Amino acid sequence: MWKFIHQLASPPHFYRISALIVPWLVVPGLLLAGYATYAGLFLAPADYQQGDAFRIIYVHVPSAYLSMMAYLIMAVSAGIGLIWRIKLSHAVAAAAAPLGAWFTFLALATGSIWGKPMWGTWWEWGDPRLTSELIMLFLYFGYMALRGAIDDTTKADKASAVLALVGAVNVPIIHFSVEWWSSLHQGATLVKKGGPAMDPGMLYPLLAMILAFTFLFGALLLRRVRAEVLFRERRTRWVKEMILSGESS
Amino acid sequence: MGGLAMGGYGAYVWTCFTLAGLVFVICEWRARLRHRRVYRDIEVRIKALGDIQ
Repeated sequence: MWKFIHQLASPPHFYRISALIVPWLVVPGLLLAGYATYAGLFLAPADYQQGDAFRIIYVHVPSAYLSMMAYLIMAVSAGIGLIWRIKLSHAVAAAAAPLGAWFTFLALATGSIWGKPMWGTWWEWGDPRLTSELIMLFLYFGYMALRGAIDDTTKADKASAVLALVGAVNVPIIHFSVEWWSSLHQGATLVKKGGPAMDPGMLYPLLAMILAFTFLFGALLLRRVRAEVLFRERRTRWVKEMILSGESS
Repeated sequence: MGGLAMGGYGAYVWTCFTLAGLVFVICEWRARLRHRRVYRDIEVRIKALGDIQ
């Protein structure tokens, strides 16, 4: 197991292995997304209070979950890179940032669209979850801007890793904000004592969509890391040999 | 048609699902583009070095 992880941390090995893994994430991801979209839109019963507007949950919750997951991946990878100086870790952190920003944007946009018919407003500055999620979007922007501002990759890795680690404090704040402060958001529905507070007809498509988003996010992350690895290793012999041999993947 | 109207919330629901699909398509497109650009840049550099040598 450790030998496999050690090998995977080697850029050439990762570059080749990841190309094989991507289809195994895309195919189940698309199948699950197809099922969850159909079941979420047409099979799940309407909510007794929100009616059909509740169906926004099938894209809002998975994107909000991924926005936090991407940040954790970025912060943990940056931390590993900073402490153990594993080159691949910084590449993972750099690749996770733009994806995290996109999914945070999606969570904010779908939340705002959901908020209009339910709360009567697109945005509420007093809501701690909305505000902390927006702060996370700015943290992603800050991380990417910092990386882009420093030409030296090693220095950019170190500086942005510190920012990623400091900003990680925002993740538990987002998660627990609905419990700590008064919020327009409802409390935890899926992860709570006594099990999820949802009808199984609504719950299963949601779990399938969360899984689908996770698979597809994994594939996107691997694709981005591969590009990042190729860029960082552009002057190495293995990249030269691979390109000269005409290997296109 | 009734199913598409989503009880009067169709505009909100469909916009969210469309937006989610678009985000995945954009992320995929940008990841492919970045990989292709990096690959091509290296290819050009290697070829240029080969020509010099």
